[in-house]
Amino acid sequence: MSSKQMSVFKKRKYTYLAVFGAIAFLYLFSSFITKFNMEEGLIAFPNAAIWMAENLIPDEKAFERLPKIIDKLIETTLLSVAVTVVAAVFAFFFSLFGSKTTRINGAVNRAVRIIASFFRNVPDVVWAIILMFSFGQNILTGFFALFFTTFGLLTRAFIETIDEVSSSSIEALNAAGASFMQIVFQAIIPSAITSIITWVLFMIENNIRNSTLIGILTATGIGYLFDMYYKRLEFGSASLVVLSIVVLVIAIEMLSNLLRKVIR
Amino acid sequence: MEGKVMPILELKNVSKIYNGSTKALSNVSFKVEEGEFISIIGPSGAGKSTLLRCINRLIDVSEGNVVFDGEDITSIKGRKLRQIRTKTGMIFQHYNLVDRLSVVENILHGTLGRKSTFRGMIGSYTEDEKKYAFEIIDDLGLSDQAYKRCDELSGGQKQRAGIARVIMQSPKLILCDEPIASLDPKASKVIMDHLLDINRNKNITCIVNLHQVDVAVKYSSRIIGVLSGEIVFDGPPSELTQEMIHRIYRSDSSDLITDVSGGLYEQ
Repeated sequence: MSSKQMSVFKKRKYTYLAVFGAIAFLYLFSSFITKFNMEEGLIAFPNAAIWMAENLIPDEKAFERLPKIIDKLIETTLLSVAVTVVAAVFAFFFSLFGSKTTRINGAVNRAVRIIASFFRNVPDVVWAIILMFSFGQNILTGFFALFFTTFGLLTRAFIETIDEVSSSSIEALNAAGASFMQIVFQAIIPSAITSIITWVLFMIENNIRNSTLIGILTATGIGYLFDMYYKRLEFGSASLVVLSIVVLVIAIEMLSNLLRKVIR
Repeated sequence: MEGKVMPILELKNVSKIYNGSTKALSNVSFKVEEGEFISIIGPSGAGKSTLLRCINRLIDVSEGNVVFDGEDITSIKGRKLRQIRTKTGMIFQHYNLVDRLSVVENILHGTLGRKSTFRGMIGSYTEDEKKYAFEIIDDLGLSDQAYKRCDELSGGQKQRAGIARVIMQSPKLILCDEPIASLDPKASKVIMDHLLDINRNKNITCIVNLHQVDVAVKYSSRIIGVLSGEIVFDGPPSELTQEMIHRIYRSDSSDLITDVSGGLYEQ
């Protein structure tokens, strides 16, 4: 091996060493600043587990409340589905202006990306807090909070999808003299439909999870129920709420996997 | 032969400059008569694809004029441009079909330019259009594939579907961008034979970008050699000498794979 080849390997070794060193330093530095102690954290673990085992297993009283929990769960699920579907329709048409392959002009393209990024990067909880001033503790607050983040995220996802799956067929239909809307319905939607459905299902799942947190703030849906039980120190019931959410999310995930296999 | 036929296409001093500095085409001028079969040859990056896309305005030209069918189309827009594009079909190296739709649906896309926006959006085609689509499918030997999704086809079948889409369009001019670059020799021959057939029997002018000099010589009535965005050769295949080929590909003699007459291991 020539000395040049050797030096390449040596250089890589030093790079790895430097990266490892940097990570170790960052850990020690931030632990020092925040007074975080790994040992104490680990020692506290068994106690925490015991407390959880004693308090968080749903009791009889919790199961009596199951119909009420399921009722609220359905409400939350329907809200998530409604939010996601409405946001998806808006996001799809918005993303057509943000995609590189369908764009009208550069300025619109950039504006769309910036707007989508803004909606996406403001957390839904922050949206909920802001919107609470105008709508109050209301189901609409939750709806719009979820709508804004879902809209931002889906716009971004759809832009990527459109660029990835359909740029070549868009070129072909353009060359054949097809109009913009014809291209959207005959090339983009058929090419992107699986990705779109996958993203929508993922966002429904996500929104059920997020609506719990938002429900605590806006006193609606499943989040309200959790908050109420938790504050009454009825931990068994509160944990049943969490468990039912977990079961629902897993069920939806399984359903979406199945659907993806069917529509290919 | 008539003395003076109006050219179907004329490029006058066409130049294309990317990002204000990179010159992809400079001062390209040529006329195309109806019924010609023209091959454009040249090394990768010579500007062949750009040249083809300037003709149907998928790329805007920077300088010069493009005259198609007696009309200056250099800067037309919108509906007018779409109308012109219905008369210029295009075939692509990577077929550019909508993979998730069936072959017949893709072929019917050739009619979109002539349809109302709404009818095209919802994919409503007349009985005549459908009948014609299936005739083309039969002609191209795709009958068994008609209802298959395009991502289930082989490369050669996909390119035949691409040709079918163009025939459906009933254009006056077909632009082919490396139609056989991703195909094996057998499928390549089938595709080139179909193009020649369309050219001869439907009297549709063809302009084909090619990498294979031997294919260009065999099929075309005229060859245009492009190097660094300039036309360095324009004439019938019989005038394309070895020296000229080497000049186009900027190579020393016996550096090209087409020069190898026998195999390397033959005695």
